[in-house]
Amino acid sequence: MIRDNRENSSHNRRNRLLIGLGVFGVLLIGRLFYIQIIDDRYKTDAANNSMVHIPIYPTRGIIYDREGRILVGNKICYDLMVTPREVGPFDTTALASVLNIPREQIVEKMAYYRKFRTKIGYQTLTMFRQISSEDYMRFAEMKYKFPGFYGQARSVRQYPYNAGGNLLGYVSEVDGDFIKKHPGEYRSGDYAGKTGIEAAREEDLRGVKGDEIWLRNSSNHIEGRYKDGELDREAVPGRDIVTTIDAELQHYGQMLMENKVGSLVAIEPSTGEILTLVSSPGIDVDMLADIGSHYSEISSNPYKPMFNRAVQASYPPGSVFKLVNGLIGLQEGVLTPETMYPCSQGYHYGNHKLGCHAHKSPINMEESIMMSCNAYYCFVLKSILENRKYDNIDDAFDKWNEYVHSFGFGEKLGSDFPSELGGNIPTSALYDKRYGKKHWKANTVISLSIGQGEIGCTPLHLANLCATIANRGFYYIPHMIKDSEGVEIDPKYHERKYTMVDTTNFKKIIHGMWRGVNSGPGNGGTGWIAAIPGEDVCGKTGTAQNPLGADNSVFICFAPMDNPKIAVAAYVEHGGFGATWAAPIASLLTEMYLHGEIAPERKDLEKRILSGNLMDRVRIRR
Amino acid sequence: MIGVSPHTQRSFSKSVDWWLIASYLILVLIGWLNIYASIHTGDEMTSAFSWSLRSGKQLVWIGTAFVLAALVLFVIPPRIYEGLSIPFFGMVLLLLVAVIFLSNDVKGSHSWFQLGPVSFQPAEISKIATSLMLATVMSQMNYKMTRVRDFILTAAIILVPMAIIVLESETGSALVYVGFIFMLYREGLSGWTIFIMFMAILVFILTLVASPYTAAVVTLAAASIVAALYSRRSRRDLLIWIPVVIIALIWGIVYNKVAAAKPESFIASVDKFLFAIPFVVALAVVYFVQSFKERNMAKLLAAVAVIGGIILIFSVQFIFYEVLEDYQRGRIEVLLGMKEDLAGAGYNVNQSLIAIGSGGFFGKGYLNGTQTTFGFVPEQSTDFIFCTIGEEWGFLGSAAVIILFLFLISRIVLDAEKSREAFTRIYGYCVASILFMHLIINIGMTIGFMPVIGIPLPLISYGGSSLWSFTIMIFIFIALDRNESKYF
Repeated sequence: MIRDNRENSSHNRRNRLLIGLGVFGVLLIGRLFYIQIIDDRYKTDAANNSMVHIPIYPTRGIIYDREGRILVGNKICYDLMVTPREVGPFDTTALASVLNIPREQIVEKMAYYRKFRTKIGYQTLTMFRQISSEDYMRFAEMKYKFPGFYGQARSVRQYPYNAGGNLLGYVSEVDGDFIKKHPGEYRSGDYAGKTGIEAAREEDLRGVKGDEIWLRNSSNHIEGRYKDGELDREAVPGRDIVTTIDAELQHYGQMLMENKVGSLVAIEPSTGEILTLVSSPGIDVDMLADIGSHYSEISSNPYKPMFNRAVQASYPPGSVFKLVNGLIGLQEGVLTPETMYPCSQGYHYGNHKLGCHAHKSPINMEESIMMSCNAYYCFVLKSILENRKYDNIDDAFDKWNEYVHSFGFGEKLGSDFPSELGGNIPTSALYDKRYGKKHWKANTVISLSIGQGEIGCTPLHLANLCATIANRGFYYIPHMIKDSEGVEIDPKYHERKYTMVDTTNFKKIIHGMWRGVNSGPGNGGTGWIAAIPGEDVCGKTGTAQNPLGADNSVFICFAPMDNPKIAVAAYVEHGGFGATWAAPIASLLTEMYLHGEIAPERKDLEKRILSGNLMDRVRIRR
Repeated sequence: MIGVSPHTQRSFSKSVDWWLIASYLILVLIGWLNIYASIHTGDEMTSAFSWSLRSGKQLVWIGTAFVLAALVLFVIPPRIYEGLSIPFFGMVLLLLVAVIFLSNDVKGSHSWFQLGPVSFQPAEISKIATSLMLATVMSQMNYKMTRVRDFILTAAIILVPMAIIVLESETGSALVYVGFIFMLYREGLSGWTIFIMFMAILVFILTLVASPYTAAVVTLAAASIVAALYSRRSRRDLLIWIPVVIIALIWGIVYNKVAAAKPESFIASVDKFLFAIPFVVALAVVYFVQSFKERNMAKLLAAVAVIGGIILIFSVQFIFYEVLEDYQRGRIEVLLGMKEDLAGAGYNVNQSLIAIGSGGFFGKGYLNGTQTTFGFVPEQSTDFIFCTIGEEWGFLGSAAVIILFLFLISRIVLDAEKSREAFTRIYGYCVASILFMHLIINIGMTIGFMPVIGIPLPLISYGGSSLWSFTIMIFIFIALDRNESKYF
């Protein structure tokens, strides 16, 4: 009886143990079923693990200027690659002298590789970037002395003209943010155009990456081609781009703007094509090819060379803006060319005075432009805003705002620059909010008459204004890329944009501009220095207040008067009077474009401009 | 042997368990094929049989293992094991200690003797020695596990070699000794022992993964329910204890809310666990009092268990954060999912999962695995050999291997049960337990069930030391089993 119980109990125990064994077996097999059949995650991981896709980078498209000259080309240079595991003892001094690299750098790098050797394993690393072909050839001859090192050819950008880094833009390795913003297009290690033309036409220039699929082992050692290269894809080279830029003129513009802060923009009025666009100080093209290694130097430069002032800086336009107010006055019928206004060293209202320089009084409209009278335009703006046609000042002001917008101000022009600033033109709502409805009048906002106050525009806006006047009432959206084989630009660049001012009114203004330049010295014309022998240059000076120091020097001009070929805007921070720096710069550029050379009698002027240095005047904000 | 005469003897072919031998041979063959697969790189420069490759070497180990198997089966009389077990066990203990001082450091462990080209791990034979020793001691006529002296002796036979192996930093091999508990269960060890061990492991995991508080509440709940079930007035007891556990649970939730809403409040500044201790201890005291009043042993033990649980929770925290080395803690953390660490301790497991998971149902085909061929899986021909099977043979192949192991183990158990001699039965259970532990730990590790514990997959992993000792271990059982079936 007792024995039976024991037998039973041990049988039970055996069975329980066998059941337990079975349960564990089911658990293991169930888990296998899950990871091998249900869950796909591991299958993709496995492919990523053992297949390496080696990207084949396409050559980037070439950037041409309007005459077919290469602005940005490609050249071959070499990256020195090293597989630290395969490096034996070698002569560091010899390598240093062959590559033109300080020996300490090599020693330092090798020490670093030794320190992290377990992490590096069989990986190949880039030791030095962008070794010139000449240096590399020397290395290649003695390569046998340096096992573990080899060169990898790479195509880098080459810049035959100093066309300025901000216009051309640079190409650099994409970072995490950039990849996130362009989902699916880039992977780390890819390069992309970041600013300027490189960024504007990135999609054309970059081409299509190809890839080779290789099999590798866990130490990153390549074992062979996957399926003998059947699935490899060839790279498609990037498309070439033709720009509207005139390389020679751009180069000259860069020289004129050297050691000045500001920008210089030239547009062909009949097409809206940007001939020259300089932002100074800019990034030197020598640094552009390898921006990565100069990045900290550039970004710590207090003058902010990365900042493209031509399209991103918001400046007060100054007296140049009188042209706009004059045109609006004419169109609204509150001003005629014969209208005379007095000027007693300025415009007096209440206890205030908006000052002006000494000139004869009273004057008519043409003279007001020629002599850049402040008081005259105070009266003009007042008459626009107090026009009986409108019920109240709000309506009159918003009409004014509408006019100004029709010139492209206060909004992004829509150029093909990747980051263009819209600027600012105030509306009545702003003043209603600030002063209360009906608690402000024309005199409250009188500084708008001379392009000061709550008004901001970019040099590109000013150049566009100049082109609009040159065209007598319309503009094409300024742009820097031309149609070319395979590249078509947006049709909007071929559309005329009309202002709300009639062509006839422009003619009256243009004559004032002509007189401002061509009346000769001593006759009150503020822009006489911009006169070019044998050309009918029309221009307007501007002197815009700059709260940080000396006034900004502004000038716009176009030439010839009939059938204009070029419209220029120059904006020089802290340059003083418009006539001092901006006017000579703009006119020299115009002359160079029209004549291809500077007249002998203007050589001294050119010399003064080229050697002028205004950098000290700029208060640096750190 | 009573009533033995030569003509009652059955022939070898009739008395030996061919199923065991067949399973053994198939597993060894699978092992060799996969060792070759795991070292093969795609370009066949050298033959699979070359001595310079592990597959070539393994062939030699297999050949010698067959010789050893034949010796055990045909030459050595099975009767001698009982007598030899004591000196053999003593010798192995000496070797285990000696290896700590005489060996080179292999990946942080001191467990290998280096004899020329051959290295050998005493921990491997110590499993055989311990099994034989246990079988000898426990099969004595006057042995009773319930007797304290016998119980301590049994525990010592298991724990002494286990402790030395832990000192060699071979945690994996030491863990295998836990498997002897199955044999002990079969031989009459109370099921409670296993239940308490299970609870201890649960409390350990909960302490680390959830919180010490949760672990304490679970301990309390388990002890209360068990005590109530063994009480004459279970319903009344449950009516008291269930609300207590529920209050404890609510207390924990309230505490968390308060601490989250007002981190600066006084309550939040005191550890929740410390808050719970007086609470739990008070309940344990009530248990004590009740148990004496009612003369209820179950309640007394429950109270002891609760106090023991609290002590365990404290020591787990202490051991885990103060005693364990960083890498050991890292492995446990990765296993318990407390940390995802794909480059460190998690790397192996992740690569192993990728390899096995990418195998799919049918596998990628023999020698076609990309993960195992290119060396992503570490220790691929030894501890992680199962990855190669999983990747190249798929679910079908790997499940088949597991089933083969289960068959082998259950066959040993059934043979052991059949035998009339306690020695054979106990030894058989020891072998089954050891195989089972290796199977669970090794495959569990490759599929992410277990922490990375380096022990081989029996008969399959590369390595002479392991193959030889498993061969001897299994064939001693086959010989013992045959010895019995020869006459009955």
